[in-house]
Amino acid sequence: MLDAVVSGLRLVATLDLRLWEIVGLSLAVSLSAVAFATLIGLPVGAAIAVGRFPGRQAVVVMLNALMGLPPVVVGLFVYLLLSRAGPLGELGLLFTPPAMVIAQTILVLPIIAALARQAVEDSWREYEEQLRSLGVDGVRGALTVLWDIRFSLLTAVLAGLGRASAEVGAVMIVGGNIDGVTRVMTTTIALETSRGDLPLALGLGMVLIAIVLALNAAAQIIKDAAQRRYG
Amino acid sequence: MSGILPLRLEGVSFAAGGRTIIEPLDLTLEAGASTIILGANGAGKSVLMRLMHGLLAPSTGRVAWRTEGPRRRQAMVFQRPVLLRRSALANVVYALDAAGVPVGQQARLAREALQEVGLAYAAGRPARVLSGGEQQRLALARAWALHPEVLFLDEPTANLDPGAAREIEAVIKAFDVAGTKIVMSTHNLGQARRLGDEVIFLHQGRVAERAPIEKFFPRPVSPEAAAFIKGELPWA
Repeated sequence: MLDAVVSGLRLVATLDLRLWEIVGLSLAVSLSAVAFATLIGLPVGAAIAVGRFPGRQAVVVMLNALMGLPPVVVGLFVYLLLSRAGPLGELGLLFTPPAMVIAQTILVLPIIAALARQAVEDSWREYEEQLRSLGVDGVRGALTVLWDIRFSLLTAVLAGLGRASAEVGAVMIVGGNIDGVTRVMTTTIALETSRGDLPLALGLGMVLIAIVLALNAAAQIIKDAAQRRYG
Repeated sequence: MSGILPLRLEGVSFAAGGRTIIEPLDLTLEAGASTIILGANGAGKSVLMRLMHGLLAPSTGRVAWRTEGPRRRQAMVFQRPVLLRRSALANVVYALDAAGVPVGQQARLAREALQEVGLAYAAGRPARVLSGGEQQRLALARAWALHPEVLFLDEPTANLDPGAAREIEAVIKAFDVAGTKIVMSTHNLGQARRLGDEVIFLHQGRVAERAPIEKFFPRPVSPEAAAFIKGELPWA
């Protein structure tokens, strides 16, 4: 066990090329997915928060429930969509990084949208009268609040990133865990552990945790600085 | 006169959650005289002003301005101003932009408004870190920039110390001098005397009395107003 940890650390320290390729692809896939999910999720969350339409309550419940989507189910859904016989089979995306980005975007979108919905709704109670008094409502009001609480929304984005970087099921199914093409940190850890190559699995595990920690620390620093700056 | 005043409330009432907050009332607000809305907590002052301003829709009756499209000709300052997390200047610019003022004029008008309320020194500071008095003056600057015909103020100095309250009163006076109709609720009878020309006294959602300020304070007609002035609440 200790040997495995030491070897794992050595792999990380010696910048093993194979390991860093895997780390790079993981980051590229998860960050892209979170970027897309943020671009879509924040406006959607804000719209639901501010909008008054029939069935709104049901939409909110649905969105909250979707936060718990099982990654393998999302993977299966995207697999069916992209498989040769599927509606988007023509694109030939299955077992490529873009397929993994699509799957993770679907997985993360409800998390970011639901958390943004809650944050915007809480703030809207404070802003609504003032904004309506200024002649602002609807879309513009939602965007104003979204921008005004942008640093608080970092938490929603981080929650999405945590989900994306930690999941195995979706990328495994739609990526196929092909060495050098679609192999990412979590799928490698799962594979190498089952094969008994503990050093690589442990090394990747440590890198994964370090990255998640660093991103969260950076976000916290940004939030604190913004809080001091803008109140 | 081509303005939006007079404002007429015809049979306006307001109920929420099964409780009647404003009983059906008829009121006319003319240009000129500053109107102070007085009354105990829960008398309906805030709700009445929100009905006038258009933030609440009346349950019955109608709120009619002399001319249509009054939204940009009236402004409201709340007890607790809601300021955006951006600079003081940018807060005023935002209001101007929302009112459809051309982009080229926004910065100049915003600076003039900050100057008017004595906040020129704070133009670049984030609005939310200003002191309570400064925040309320910024809210007034945001209203000033729009040059409204009517300014509603809902207990604008309730959360402020006397020094800050005096500065706010000076700005409200300046609005009055500039020709803006003031409609203000307050708990501070001294402030009502200093700023008001007439009083509308609300009691349990009804207009119990409406009188010029110089008549209201020495000789209130209604027993409720008399008790209120004496500091004795009629139900105590």
